[in-house]
Amino acid sequence: MAAATKETSRAAGGAPRTQPPRRIMQTVTLIPGDGIGPEISAAVVKIFDAAKAPVQWEERNVTAIKGPGGKWMIPADAKESMDRSKIGLKGPLKTPIAAGHPSMNLLLRKTFDLYANVRPCVSIEGYRTPYTDVDLVTIRENTEGEYSGIEHVIVDGVVQSIKLITEDASRRIAEYAFEYARNNQRSSVTAVHKANIMRMSDGLFLRKCREVAENFKDVKFTEMYLDTVCLNMVQDPTQFDVLVMPNLYGDILSDLCAGLIGGLGVTPSGNIGANGVAIFESVHGTAPDIAGLDLANPTALLLSGVMMLRHMGLHQYAAKIQTACFDTIKEKKVLTKDLGGNSKCSEFTTEICRRVQDLA
Amino acid sequence: MAAALRGTALALAKGLGGARLHQLVSRPLSVSASLCGSEAPPARADSTFKVTMIPGDGVGPELMTAVKDVFKAGDIPVEFDEFYISEVQNRASDERLEKLLDSMKSNRVAIKGKIHSPMENKGELESFEMKLRRTLDLFANVVRVSSLPGYSTRHNNLDLVIIREQTEGEYSSLEHESVPGVIECLKIITREKSRRIAKFAFDYATKTGRSKVTAVHKANIMKLGDGLFLQSCAEVAELYPKIKHENIIIDNCCMQLVQNPYQFDVLVMPNLYGNIIDNLAAGLVGGAGVVPGESYSAEYAVFETGARHPFAQAVGRNIANPTAMLLSAANMLRHLNLEYHSQMVSEAVKKVIKQGKVRTRDLGGYSTTGDFVQAVVENLRHPPT
Repeated sequence: MAAATKETSRAAGGAPRTQPPRRIMQTVTLIPGDGIGPEISAAVVKIFDAAKAPVQWEERNVTAIKGPGGKWMIPADAKESMDRSKIGLKGPLKTPIAAGHPSMNLLLRKTFDLYANVRPCVSIEGYRTPYTDVDLVTIRENTEGEYSGIEHVIVDGVVQSIKLITEDASRRIAEYAFEYARNNQRSSVTAVHKANIMRMSDGLFLRKCREVAENFKDVKFTEMYLDTVCLNMVQDPTQFDVLVMPNLYGDILSDLCAGLIGGLGVTPSGNIGANGVAIFESVHGTAPDIAGLDLANPTALLLSGVMMLRHMGLHQYAAKIQTACFDTIKEKKVLTKDLGGNSKCSEFTTEICRRVQDLA
Repeated sequence: MAAALRGTALALAKGLGGARLHQLVSRPLSVSASLCGSEAPPARADSTFKVTMIPGDGVGPELMTAVKDVFKAGDIPVEFDEFYISEVQNRASDERLEKLLDSMKSNRVAIKGKIHSPMENKGELESFEMKLRRTLDLFANVVRVSSLPGYSTRHNNLDLVIIREQTEGEYSSLEHESVPGVIECLKIITREKSRRIAKFAFDYATKTGRSKVTAVHKANIMKLGDGLFLQSCAEVAELYPKIKHENIIIDNCCMQLVQNPYQFDVLVMPNLYGNIIDNLAAGLVGGAGVVPGESYSAEYAVFETGARHPFAQAVGRNIANPTAMLLSAANMLRHLNLEYHSQMVSEAVKKVIKQGKVRTRDLGGYSTTGDFVQAVVENLRHPPT
């Protein structure tokens, strides 16, 4: 169909219109995940197909296996595929609460050095929450901080957990945050910290943010205490733009912001690593109670896919799919159960595909 | 009936003078009401309660003035021992701390504003407020989050209690630079303190007739630390079979609080999470200006606001909202067993909020702190019978 339009425009002799780029297929590693993972991944693949996005999927499974030396690692073929394609889309993975092998997400993070977790939170028109007009991005340092995993029992009944803050990691995340702000036309970056209590550790984080801010004078830099951010966030979320913070605060705040726009079922998320690797994922759980019943909501994974397309530079496909998705939700005729309707996942997917094709 | 008695007492007082007047006026009315004024009750040794007052930084002094004005207008028999302590203004030496502790030892009850912790590392890793909390062993911080009638927010009719352990956890002030560029900050969790706060939470729930206590944690990541906290809560929960016990991970908790806060009743948690959730919940009902809070140790009780901020940008502009501090002062009066006065103050404040005519800037109005205090004082003079 693309070829036909090209012919017609040339034949018509009209002004040379910008030709859509030749469809160079880019490989993306798809990790369906557990629980509802496979069905929502299939839904996303179907929608991308309908939009004719130049994406070639390489499906891989990720489970923890014990490598030589007793260290836990991901399967070799998954790692090789990611290293080659550099872009991944991942569904939900099971994380056990009790001790055992380390969480899968943590393993992926360590393997690819995914240091930045980016979660854009935008209010979805058509899915009403008490908070309207939310439009912010949380950027969370993902490798150190409180999640270092270093804990010891000093004496019976006294436990010490270590929070690690390093200069390099703080500088790296600050630089990423400012670059993100610049590339996505965001006007300000706010560093969130508790340096009045944790004077050395958060103090170091803050110092690095301030230093990096010097090199990015076109982006406004502010700093705010974590408790003030929480207080203001639930009263007026429109005052925030890009937020950058260490690990634990980022975890809490990003989930808080997801709650403002409607929960984890509609929030996209991306993890950026060193060496240009980026894995986009849906952050909700595996929902084992509805797995296989065609009831899941693929919106979160779909919006993460849209984020991925933008990262890859395929903005028009991203816009098309996002508009189709939001229009479907706005129409309220075909919605999955968690969005307030009673359609099946497949029906929801088909509706979005239809809209995408109409928009093409 | 109490109002009539009060009228009589005042009339009597006006007719007398000097020491007799002071004695009559400072006698707690609850005593007079119960005895129907037929015979003079035995003179109380401390008929005026003495309370330590620490105005703190930022708008603290203004809020304290509001409290004093309201107390004076309501003839409330409380005298304040004031201590001006501030870390940012270099008025936080050890001698001052000693004097403060002496005052606390005799008074046992205090009302305080926020003592701001500066960010600059002046060599002290521990902020003054933390030191105060540890010295007085104020291990439990209780914040009662309830929606104010007449002021609607996105979530109305909220009624939560947040209990936070505030002497250990992430605020242990144990930090060091092991290698240049790498800083370690220690978070300490002990079984003893976790059990103590859990027991406090369950006792509180039992005393106030609450049905559920939820422990907030991050034990899926901090398996040993928060795992110990969770285990302690579960152990204590077994001693209270009538109260339901649940637990929830902190990030999920934050999300649920903004989507459906009604599922929570009493929440108990370690230090940092408590800080976050206190502020979050305060924001849900109207902000830092409307939520009172208190801190308890085995021997002392300190009354303050729920969300603790110095609010420096409002200093001198007469715009701070004294509601939180006044409601906290009312709680303090209840703690001192001055039930009548406590009701008088809190009902006056709530009436002003409900009427909606005098509202400070944070609640969407244009009134000043002074206007609000004036309105509360007016309502005090005409208490609802």
